[in-house]
Amino acid sequence: MADKSSSNAYWAANISMIRISLIIWFIVSFGFGIILRPMLAGIKIGGTDLGFWFAQQGSILVFLVLIFAYAARMNKLDREHGVEE
Amino acid sequence: MDQFTLNLVVVGATFALYFGIAIWARAGSTSEFYAAGRGVHPVLNGMATGADWMSAASFISMAGLIAAVGYDNSAYLMGWTGGYVLLAMLLAPYLRKFGKFTVPEFIGDRFYSNTARLIAVVCLIVASITYVIGQMSGVGVAFSRFLEVKASTGLYIGAAVVFAYAVLGGMKGITYTQVAQYVVLIIAYTIPAIFISITLTGNPIPPLGLFSEHTASGMPLLEKLDQVVTDLGFGKYTGHTDTTLNMFLFTMSLMIGTAGLPHVIVRFFTVPKVSDARSSAGWALVFIALLYLTAPAVGAMARLNLIDNIYPQGAQSDPIDYEARPDWMKNWEVTGLLKFEDKNGDGKIQFYNDKSEAFKATAEGKGWAGSELTVNNDIMVLANPEIANLPGWVIALVAAGGLAAALSTAAGLLMAISSAISHDLIKGTLNPGISEKGELLAARIAMGVSIAVATWLGLNPPGFAAQTVALAFGIAAASLFPAILMGIFSKRINSAGAITGMLAGLGVTLVYIFLHKGWFFIAGTNSFTDADPLFLSIKSTSFGAVGALVNFVVAYVVSNATEEPPLEVQELVESIRIPKGAGAATGH
Repeated sequence: MADKSSSNAYWAANISMIRISLIIWFIVSFGFGIILRPMLAGIKIGGTDLGFWFAQQGSILVFLVLIFAYAARMNKLDREHGVEE
Repeated sequence: MDQFTLNLVVVGATFALYFGIAIWARAGSTSEFYAAGRGVHPVLNGMATGADWMSAASFISMAGLIAAVGYDNSAYLMGWTGGYVLLAMLLAPYLRKFGKFTVPEFIGDRFYSNTARLIAVVCLIVASITYVIGQMSGVGVAFSRFLEVKASTGLYIGAAVVFAYAVLGGMKGITYTQVAQYVVLIIAYTIPAIFISITLTGNPIPPLGLFSEHTASGMPLLEKLDQVVTDLGFGKYTGHTDTTLNMFLFTMSLMIGTAGLPHVIVRFFTVPKVSDARSSAGWALVFIALLYLTAPAVGAMARLNLIDNIYPQGAQSDPIDYEARPDWMKNWEVTGLLKFEDKNGDGKIQFYNDKSEAFKATAEGKGWAGSELTVNNDIMVLANPEIANLPGWVIALVAAGGLAAALSTAAGLLMAISSAISHDLIKGTLNPGISEKGELLAARIAMGVSIAVATWLGLNPPGFAAQTVALAFGIAAASLFPAILMGIFSKRINSAGAITGMLAGLGVTLVYIFLHKGWFFIAGTNSFTDADPLFLSIKSTSFGAVGALVNFVVAYVVSNATEEPPLEVQELVESIRIPKGAGAATGH
């Protein structure tokens, strides 16, 4: 097992990545797709508004980017802290 | 070759393929039966997870529900994809590091309590059986159409096929078969969508077609759709009619339910490394997104085509005569899932929103006496290629795809149920000395019983396939997800907290669902309906998020009022947080 201080720093870094990712996750789906949709109503896209697009397509595309970015960033973090398999 | 024979040939060929793979990869040891010996590449695992995940609810039902309601049902799209972000970051890598076979095993070890493990088994079984009921109604719809029988007969045939299929192979059979099933279902889903998108918009990519111009009218497709549906008294397709609170909670329930459903989580036990667990979630979402980006286009275009079929001169003119109805309507009338009733006796098919007060005067002015066509939402995707006049082989392919989706998920769920019973309940608690052979037999009996119960309840399902499945997500969201999450991210939550939390979350959610859907889903025993729900206009399908909140709060309060977990459990939590040292799983 890695030493305690290194694994604490590793965990803190992981938590901060998760926090940033989940804030984006929340904004694109619950935010743009649902709660903030009336505010985006002025931005037209293909016969409807941007909020509708985020609810039906945009959020899914952002989710994909979030997961792969997180996976890549964590692989780097694993190596930096010497906790990779 | 007529359509019936063509259906049989295509569906038969795909089935032969799945059974062939299942027999070829037949499970030998218990380790293979549950977790496929851990040798599955992340991309293949992602594809299999996609097939496992995309059930009759996604394939057959979801686009139909989006078609019927429009924007509000975007909750399905965001909910059933957004959960993968939670899985990849909050659960999958740590559960892989933990390295056991089942979710109850994790809960039992982390909360150092056999009671916790048993409660997790109960949560898992309740969520999974509810899910299988939804699958069964989807299977029933698919079989009834392509064998041209009543929906109930289709259901019995489907149940027999699911049983034969799931009992034959274990996880290994399922992993490779599911890759094949993914390929079949994604081709079946996208080909008709491409055809229809080209016909309506000229754009061969359906997700882009959805936001393109409708060739026939020169208007944007969604604007055209808003216009024709409002002409018939329905709400605007892109409009928001549900409450924002309900839509928010519904989306949240589906997301955290995704991350809490044992048959999905268990897939991440089968990847070789912790880092693979993270990327597997990403690959799964890539394959899922191919269908989920197509679904809203399928829904919108199907709705437009349906209305266009009934009102060929435009929604403000007269509908067609019943005698002149297209063949697809005749085909679906056989199943009983599409019904025509000539209320005003004029021989024409009036199809409109007869529940709209605002539209009442218009309808009466035209001499309409109520909407005369009832279309079950679950038939939209399967009927879609027929409505659009696509060639027979496309229709057969869609039937095969729908069955692939339903079968793969039903099999995955039955695996989760049977391993919870044989591995966690019997081997883990009741009879630890059971032989491998006895364990496998118990697993198979559990599968058989689950199918029987789900089939019986599937005859009178609590909703359309996707709605029933949404209830299963609510249950998983309220019970398992909070316990697993807190088990990883908090060292302070102890066994008393987890146990009371799970019981409170599961209890409050089940009571709320049963009050609206009937006790134990038995029709007619409900006190409320989702049209007029009990609490703050929250529908029963959305209540899982509230149940999860109850679970978190109870677990937190109870844990803080009782003693800390023992030191070795805190060390266990430390160790699952770092990837280093993840070996092969041990369950024995």
